[in-house]
Amino acid sequence: MSFQTAARETLADAQLRRNLGQATALIRAKRERAVAEVPDWEALRDAGEAIKAHALATLPEQLERLQAAVAAAGGVVHWARDGAEANRIVAAIAREQGTDEVIKVKSLATDEIGLNEALADVGVHAIETDLAELIVQLAGDRQSHILVPAIHRNRAEIRALFERTIAQGQSLGDEASAIAEAARLHLRAKFLSVPVAVSGANFAIAETGTIGVVESEGNGRMCLTLPRVLITVMGIEKVLPAWEDLDVFLQLLPRSSTAERMNPYTSLWTGVTPGDGPREFHLVLLDAGRTDVLADPIGRPALHCIRCSACLNVCPVYERVGGQAYESVYPGPIGAILTPQLHGLHAAPSLPWASTLCGACYQVCPVKIDIPSILVHLRERVVREEKSRLAPEALAMKGLATAFATRRRYETAQRLAQLGRGPLAKAALPGWTAMRDLPQPPRKTFRDWWKTRETPAAAPPPDAAPPPNAAATPQPAAPARDSEPAP
Amino acid sequence: MPDAGKRDHSNRGRLCGVRVALFVTCFNDTLFPGVGRAVVTVLERLGCTVEFPLEQTCCGQLHCNAGYGHEAAGLLGRFGRVFAGYDAVVSPSASCVAHVRERIPDAPHVYELTEFLVDRLGVEDVGASFAHRVTLHPTCHSLRLLGIGDRPARLLRAVRGIELVQLEGARECCGFGGTFAIKNADTSMAMLSDKVRHVLDTRAEVCTAADTSCLMHIGGALSRGRTGVRVMHLAEILAATE
Repeated sequence: MSFQTAARETLADAQLRRNLGQATALIRAKRERAVAEVPDWEALRDAGEAIKAHALATLPEQLERLQAAVAAAGGVVHWARDGAEANRIVAAIAREQGTDEVIKVKSLATDEIGLNEALADVGVHAIETDLAELIVQLAGDRQSHILVPAIHRNRAEIRALFERTIAQGQSLGDEASAIAEAARLHLRAKFLSVPVAVSGANFAIAETGTIGVVESEGNGRMCLTLPRVLITVMGIEKVLPAWEDLDVFLQLLPRSSTAERMNPYTSLWTGVTPGDGPREFHLVLLDAGRTDVLADPIGRPALHCIRCSACLNVCPVYERVGGQAYESVYPGPIGAILTPQLHGLHAAPSLPWASTLCGACYQVCPVKIDIPSILVHLRERVVREEKSRLAPEALAMKGLATAFATRRRYETAQRLAQLGRGPLAKAALPGWTAMRDLPQPPRKTFRDWWKTRETPAAAPPPDAAPPPNAAATPQPAAPARDSEPAP
Repeated sequence: MPDAGKRDHSNRGRLCGVRVALFVTCFNDTLFPGVGRAVVTVLERLGCTVEFPLEQTCCGQLHCNAGYGHEAAGLLGRFGRVFAGYDAVVSPSASCVAHVRERIPDAPHVYELTEFLVDRLGVEDVGASFAHRVTLHPTCHSLRLLGIGDRPARLLRAVRGIELVQLEGARECCGFGGTFAIKNADTSMAMLSDKVRHVLDTRAEVCTAADTSCLMHIGGALSRGRTGVRVMHLAEILAATE
């Protein structure tokens, strides 16, 4: 389905519009306050961008360092070319443990590759433990936000869902704490009994082999510490060269995503530690299109993303259509540049146009991804690689460019526009007047007026093309009619 | 010199001699000639000599943002040739100025109108009077690509008789976005509805902005809804002496 079609459906959902509008307005205001407290915020953004650019420019070296450090600390490193390969690796490890359940830390990478579905195919049930992911899973729903996947659901809807599923026969009441308690009781039993956990990673430090997960609930911490075996699936772009790089990202990420000064649960682990935490640790390094993104110098910075979701929260398009209209694990502005690059332009050819290029996303991005410029670049690529040169739009654009290429053709096109015909009128009319009035083209264009007005001497004769350097010819600036010489 | 603008109206002779080429934009030239005339009025009132190179056509912004960069390249090249040699090119379109500045690294000095008035001429009071209730939509490209900040508001505040009222959610996009308004008409309309609601909430008679394209979008809905609220380009208010 194209973005346009999907958006038409979600736009009609009044409850979704209200839930999203309220939630994004709240988090926007909070983020703005949290960022304003940091005097060197812009310097932090510069540092975040520079570290990510360096990590990607030296990616092979960083990944080899990471592999060596993880192995030295007792972990096992696996390489997965694509999602299917990563899913097979995780499934094999789970089955080796003889379990039919794994518990999951919220992870976009595993959602991206459809790990839960792949595990289900081999008889292993993946239990989401992040509260919002649990809500989405129980409802058989799709995520609508990177950080708050159930942002499109309000409290009453969640309460009803729980009363149908994990708290059958109970009346949970309207208090958020009582509703959360139902999830807590359900999940605690899983934390204490399921032997295998699967996580993603926010960061991986090449220098030390340390993996980092940041979260707000503590449910992730439970998964990362209680089971016997821990498997982390990580996109290769998450690697950071040095331990001290965390200093920058642990400031940028919480303020950008949850508007918190400090992240509540920051879990960092290095391989395995005898007597403490999981006894086995597997790191699955996932490519799944990332090296293709890396090969495009203009699109590449999309891989800098630290999944904070600030761009979603400020995006006027996202706020209205919701995450599901993007039909990807990565919605919003970042999704519009990441999805077509990771999965191929043909998979999401309408997403690069799912933006007005208003620039709000670029302004808040903690690692300064110039999303509007990448959107324009991807539009060019879609036009070049995916679309017919004979498509009506391509012909209209070509027609306009030809009409604008010389003064004579341009002025002819203006005449036709005044008559409601020709390339100018054709380009402007469809789709516009269904919803908005279009002004009548005036009888005289601006240049018509200019040619006939009584002008100060400076105007060139109407039909002469100015010689290329006419303007540069030094001439005493002609004073305007009503001015006096400067004293 | 924050007060410079207050004084210059009486000394505008001092400003004489600034030679300005007007880049009116294809859009204003064809559909909104009044905007171009207003720019000429304001600049000449301030003592500038305005020239209008008739060879100008379009800067290619529409093509570029729609994914037709190849088609835009020729138009950008033409823009550079037509305006080469002018000390100052002034345009009443923030988005076209941003496009040209970004894409032509050695572009001539291209100013958006309010930048030119406030920064180059040091003027805030341009000698206008307009006794109406007005609200300003600060367009995305003027805010975030050009960074013209509060220059439009400063110019408006100096207009005699004006009652300038704050627009809620002012910095949020109106949903125009060039071809977005047509390709994603439903989403565009959802954004526009909120913008229009905020405009109506101000009880303003006029909604103004530094970009005609956004105004055509907002104005198209205000007109379709028979709201009685009109849109005017900032230059048209600055030109008014009613």
